[in-house]
Amino acid sequence: MTADPRSAPHAMPLTLYTFSSPPRFYALTGVLVPVCWALCVALTAAGLWMGFFVAPTDATQGEVYRIIFIHVPAAWMSMLLYLVMAFWAGIGWAFNARLASMVARAIAPTGAMFTFLALWTGALWGRPTWGTYWVWDARLTSELILLFLYLGYIALTEAIDDVRRADQAGALLAIVGSVNIPIIYFSVKWWNTLHQGATVSLTAAPKMASTMLTAMLLMTFACWAYAFAVVFTRTRAVVLERERGAAWVSELAAGGAR
Amino acid sequence: MNWESPAAFFAMGGDGFFVWGSYAVCLLCMLVEPWLAARRRRRALAEARQEGGNRNPASEVEDDEEEPRS
Repeated sequence: MTADPRSAPHAMPLTLYTFSSPPRFYALTGVLVPVCWALCVALTAAGLWMGFFVAPTDATQGEVYRIIFIHVPAAWMSMLLYLVMAFWAGIGWAFNARLASMVARAIAPTGAMFTFLALWTGALWGRPTWGTYWVWDARLTSELILLFLYLGYIALTEAIDDVRRADQAGALLAIVGSVNIPIIYFSVKWWNTLHQGATVSLTAAPKMASTMLTAMLLMTFACWAYAFAVVFTRTRAVVLERERGAAWVSELAAGGAR
Repeated sequence: MNWESPAAFFAMGGDGFFVWGSYAVCLLCMLVEPWLAARRRRRALAEARQEGGNRNPASEVEDDEEEPRS
């Protein structure tokens, strides 16, 4: 049992498929997770310092605009993670790639959390600036639908006992639901909404002070590092749950791994 | 420097409730979620360990289905 090639990452040449093997993925992410956490803490510290101590007071909104440094990264992550989840769910379905499906399943709770945070911070920002916590505006409503899509994906996949069938049903829901992402993104253009238009876009110069933009981007990268760390940790849990009968998991467990 | 005093920092121009309410809930979520994910992995590993300990090492038969999934 010592020569099992699946548990020895260096026994075979690296290819595109090397880390699609659950044991290799498990070993690799065991190294990456602490790195992601270190990056997350450093970027968050830098972003919050820029956001609260360097970025100036906003001319029209005063201090309350500082919610932007968590609101916009959370909203970006909520949309990005949904697309990443749908992508890996689709790969797992189309190519019968088990690890891809496990990654998709592991992304859903993190995506739902960021969607909740985008809605929560938006509500607390809306009250002092718009005079209301909630309004049935196109941007807010489509973001709420995104939260329901995440929760629906989790509920559907958890309700089906056969894990591969659950993966497939979830993939269908995730892929169909991705139509909502462009709707969220363009909602502020397509409809005349209370929510303001994009402050930062790929095609135009940012409409904000450069220190504000730097703080927002630092917080965005911090959220990326956070998402990688948590999704990798949860994928490792899913791998152990699903591969429990496999020799490499038994060896890992018997070897006193923590 | 933006702030005259620590009190001014915490007041956030009178909107402290909204600013700190946002950041506090984010912090809470970002502490609880990683904790839940890490706990799930530790439990999965402990279950695998228990299952490996119960198995008779002499028998090599496939017994993946002997325990119901929790």
